This record gives sequence, C-alpha cells and structure tokens, in this order.
Amino acid sequence: MSEPLFSKKNLKLLSDPLNSSNPITVQVLGICSALAVTAQLKPAVVMSISVTIVLAFANVIISLLRNTIPNRIRIIVQLVVIASLVILVDQILKAYVYDVSKQLSVFVGLIITNCIIMGRLEAFALGNRPWQSFLDGIGNGAGYAVILIIVGFFRELLGSGSVFGFQVIPDSWYITNGGFYANNGMMILPPMALITVGIIIWVQRSRNRKLIEN
Amino acid sequence: MNRNGNTYTVLYAAIMVVLVAAILASVAMALKPQQVRNIEVEKKQSILASVNIASTPADAEKIYAEKIVNEYVVNVNGEKVEGDAFNTDLKREYAKPVEEMHLPVFECQTEQGVKYVLPLRGTGLWGPIWGFVALDEDMNTIYGANFDHQGETPGLGAEISTPVFEKQFIGKKLFDNKGQLVSIIVAKVGQDAPADHKVDGISGGTITSKGLEQMLLDDFARYEEFLKKKKS
Repeated sequence: MSEPLFSKKNLKLLSDPLNSSNPITVQVLGICSALAVTAQLKPAVVMSISVTIVLAFANVIISLLRNTIPNRIRIIVQLVVIASLVILVDQILKAYVYDVSKQLSVFVGLIITNCIIMGRLEAFALGNRPWQSFLDGIGNGAGYAVILIIVGFFRELLGSGSVFGFQVIPDSWYITNGGFYANNGMMILPPMALITVGIIIWVQRSRNRKLIEN
Repeated sequence: MNRNGNTYTVLYAAIMVVLVAAILASVAMALKPQQVRNIEVEKKQSILASVNIASTPADAEKIYAEKIVNEYVVNVNGEKVEGDAFNTDLKREYAKPVEEMHLPVFECQTEQGVKYVLPLRGTGLWGPIWGFVALDEDMNTIYGANFDHQGETPGLGAEISTPVFEKQFIGKKLFDNKGQLVSIIVAKVGQDAPADHKVDGISGGTITSKGLEQMLLDDFARYEEFLKKKKS
C-alpha cells in the first residue's frame, strides 16, 4: 500500500501514452477532434489543455465511485460525470474568463464526445485507485496533445504559412508578390489532417517495431 | 445490498440525476448575473471595435458612455420609432413582418466626425453570425467593421472575426454611382467584382463567406431608406 507517489510504475502511466500506447496513433481514439481543430496551432493547444483537464478529473471521480457504480449503467454514469464536468467548466469560464470561453466555444461540446475520455474511464479508472487514475488522465491527455500539436504545426505552416498566427514564410516569397511560393490550400481541409496523422503513425511504427501487428 | 440488483441500479440512477441536476442548476443560477454582464460588455466592445476603438472588458463601459453619443431605433421606412436600441434583439425583430421591425442605430463621436454603427445578423455554416458596421457621414463608405459568430469552424469560417478579414471592409462602398445598393461581395479567388464593393472571402470557409455576404445584403437593404434619408 505504501507505494511512493511517483514510483516507477506510476511514472509509466504518464510516459506510456506519449509513445507506445498513444491514444491517437496506437489506440486510434479521438481522431474526430484531431481532424477538426488542427487547421491552426492555437485551437489545437487550447483543445489539448481542455481535454487533459477534463480527462484527469473525470478519471478521479469515476475512480472514487468505482466500487458503487452498478455495472449495467456504468456507461451512463460515466457520461453524466463527463457532461456535468464540461458544463461546470463552461459556466465558470463564461462568468469569470469570458474571452477564454469564447475561444473554446465549440470545443467544449467536442470534449464530451471525445472517445479518449470514455475509453480511459472504462479501461482504467473503473479498476484503479484515484491517484493512478489521475496520472493516467494527465498522461493520456499529454499523448493526445503531442499529436494535435504536431499536426496543427504542419497544417498551419504549410496551409497558411504561419505558426501561432505569426507569419513565418516571408511575404515576398509568394507568387502574388512576384515570388515562387504558394500556400497549400489542401492542408487546411480535414483530409490532410488524416494523412498527416497517418504519416505520424508510419514514422512511429518504423521506429518502434513492437507496435507492428502481424 | 446487491449491486447488480434492479432496486440498487434504479436508486443509484435516480439519486445521481437529482444530485447532478441540483448542482448544475444552482451553479447556472448563481453565475447568471455575471454572465449577462459579460455579454453586455462584449456587445459594447464590439460596437466600439467597429469604429476602430480598442477597449478592454474593464474600460469598455466607460469608453462606450463617452463615445456613443446617441442610440435610437428606426423602421424600414427610415423613421425613428420608440425603442431601446441597445437591448433590441435582432433575431426577434427579423421574425416580425417587415413594417414592424425595429432597427437599432448607434451614433459614435470620433475625431473624424460622427459615425453611424448598424448591427447585422445572419447565418453562417453552423449557426448565427453577427456584426457591426460603421458608416461615414456620407452613409456610403464603410469606416470599420466587426464580425462575430457562434460556432464557425476554427481556422476556416471562424476567420471572419479576425482583424485581417475585418480590415478589408474599411473604405468600401455600399452604393454604386447610380445610387443603387450593391452591398459588399465576399469574393472567391478569381471572382470578378468592382473593387469598391469587393473583399476576399476565406479559403475553406466558403459557406460562412457567402452567409456573411447575404447578411450584409439583406440587412443593408432593411436600412436602405434610413441611409438615403440621412444622406439627403
């Protein structure tokens, strides 16, 4: 019982989702939101933070309730916890940090439908203690964030020529200004997000052979 | 108690629902006044932004009281009618028959004279879009514009609320040389339109761009009589 808070086993809960059990590239969860919000880097970062927070707290709550939840309605209980958390966060943001809540607008609704959250509650929090569940939530949130940020970075750079809204491709390079360069409009459309995620999965599997299925 | 029995399951669900409903309802009620205030302040900031005055949530009310010298409601014939301009809900007004619509007008005192701010409301791809457009005293040249939306796609349709997009409107004209209302065309790449009436649309945000164009056309048409009266 007297296991240290950051024992090797617990730290693995944080680090595994970043690579060998990444929620997006290995478990293939949360793809829908990864496609929707990565046209630019800023919404991708905001979404990553929101999902991480909700995931960590939903994990803790379900873990605390895990011995009382009736098996037959456990999915409903999980949904109620996620939805209430998201609504609470939304209400508080609207009252105290209105400008942040405006930026989050659509994402708040998207968090509820994020498969990663339901997936972690069902697979981890229902069978583990609160602290481990909290770490698992943070770890999986971070694993989700890494992929979102990589995809967002390339889509914004190649699609709009900017990073975080700042122009990085010199204006004089553009064909319209007599240069040779044009943004790839395809990058800001959802299909390219899927292809970018595919390339990340390819790179990851060629480096980590354990992930290759026969 | 048997945790897989029907009684336990039903009781558990019932208590959970009542508890969650109580928490959410009380939080929503407790935070309501603060949220309503935020929305009012934001509207004031948007009106100020359309006349190119930057404000923060903290000083918006003070600047608004200083700069907005007059606000009133007109009907489609351009006549002033009784009404509270700031609290007029365009969604409700547009649902009424044309002759009963109340159309708000805000007059703003700037260093370059009085500007007339008209609120607009239309439909984007996912939900409503709205905005404020400020006109010079000639009731034709756009002095500034500010747009916002409820849930357009970030990076695509949502770009209508960025300064880069809004700045394009400055100096554009509503009426052509013959005095016909042309409004503003939100053009796709390569689409031909008179430069005075054209801004560039958003790649990947075509439906939002077209919704915005329609909003401008519909709403300026409602104000057309007012604009003509004021001009003469």
